[in-house]
Amino acid sequence: MLALALLGIAAILLLIFTFMRRRSPGSFRLIEAYERLNRSVGLAVENGTRLHISLGRGSLLTTRGGSALAALAMLRRLAERTSVSDRPPIVTSGDASLAILSQDTLQSGYRAAGAEEQYRFTTGRLTGLTPFSFAAGAIPTIHDEYVSTNILLGDFGSEAALLAEASDRENTSLIAASDDLAAQSIFYASAQEPLIGEELYAAGAYVGAGAAHEASLTVQDILRWLIILALLIGAGLKFLGAPI
Amino acid sequence: MRVFTAALAIGAGLIVLMGYFYPDQLDSLRIVLVDWAIIIAAMAVLVGIFNLAAVQMEKIRRRQKGGTYGALLVLALIITFGFGFILGPENPYMQMTVDAVIVPVEASLMAILAVTLIYASIRLLRRRVDVMSVVFLGVAVIFLLASMPTPFGPIPGDWFILQITGMFSRGGARGLLIGIALGTLLTGLRVLFGVDRPYGGN
Repeated sequence: MLALALLGIAAILLLIFTFMRRRSPGSFRLIEAYERLNRSVGLAVENGTRLHISLGRGSLLTTRGGSALAALAMLRRLAERTSVSDRPPIVTSGDASLAILSQDTLQSGYRAAGAEEQYRFTTGRLTGLTPFSFAAGAIPTIHDEYVSTNILLGDFGSEAALLAEASDRENTSLIAASDDLAAQSIFYASAQEPLIGEELYAAGAYVGAGAAHEASLTVQDILRWLIILALLIGAGLKFLGAPI
Repeated sequence: MRVFTAALAIGAGLIVLMGYFYPDQLDSLRIVLVDWAIIIAAMAVLVGIFNLAAVQMEKIRRRQKGGTYGALLVLALIITFGFGFILGPENPYMQMTVDAVIVPVEASLMAILAVTLIYASIRLLRRRVDVMSVVFLGVAVIFLLASMPTPFGPIPGDWFILQITGMFSRGGARGLLIGIALGTLLTGLRVLFGVDRPYGGN
């Protein structure tokens, strides 16, 4: 029942804050990685280079799918913004259903920008079905496709080190976040500005994906404080010997 | 059509979600929907493999860099798929394809990964010199020294180091995981409300 109550509270808060954010957009703290991302998008369009966006290998049938969905929301916005580029972004993923969704999302972005005829289904790629085959398949994209920025957002494991290394060899920007703790530590060591923990889920809000994304950040903050409060109260009660 | 797909996705999502909270009423329906999703995901693998082959064929056709590897991949795919179709996945020769090719290749990549990680750690201070980077590297080295076997036996105070680093890392990991869980919850709710429609509905 506690989980259902938390879900209900989150849903109600999300609706309220989405409505509020539509009226007055919020301001966010500076996250260097997303600043760099927004700059890189503009530079890629001007330079005629490409963005490589990797969504990881989070299956939508598992709990790992959450990070993939957050990355897809960001992809939708980036596709819209880079649709006029000579070299459209390439999206790689390590899960078949995610690859299909990435193609669908790219097409939606192009359609929204009025450039649907530019869309090619080969720009949304499945590069492998196991962690290492996915990485091995995505590395040639980093090396051979005139990529200026690599955006790795989603569910990655330790194979992410191979992608980060390839990005470093090509001297390209790397913006990376994962829901996996091992990958987070790898990205901390490899990326110029690392994204830690739930910062992955802020991608949509920072690329201007809409009021609901901004509201999500506010609700996350509120829920986080509620959890901190519950932890402190629980620890206090335990300290006092209450039977919990 | 867009409204229909969104309504269908939202309806299915709500039934699956509520099935966890009200198993007596909705569990059978939830299981049916999840089974359908699994079947569709299996079909998606075939579509994904077609996409993989199409990308490589385009590379070959345009004489792009790496086209030879692409040709090799398509050839290997056709041969493996053909034999797998005729002999079945349980056949010893098909099993050998996995054991003699895929496993050693992935093991080699794992070995490269170890070297890559060491190299990335060495370069960390060249890329970003700040307090947290120094702490990150310092803790990693101390933790490795305390947990790995040495020719001289355990280093003094290894138990204490493991306890301290373990306590901090467990606490930090839980904090990060709570943040990720909240992010996932809100992302899921946006999809349920039809705000995010990754299925091409907007």
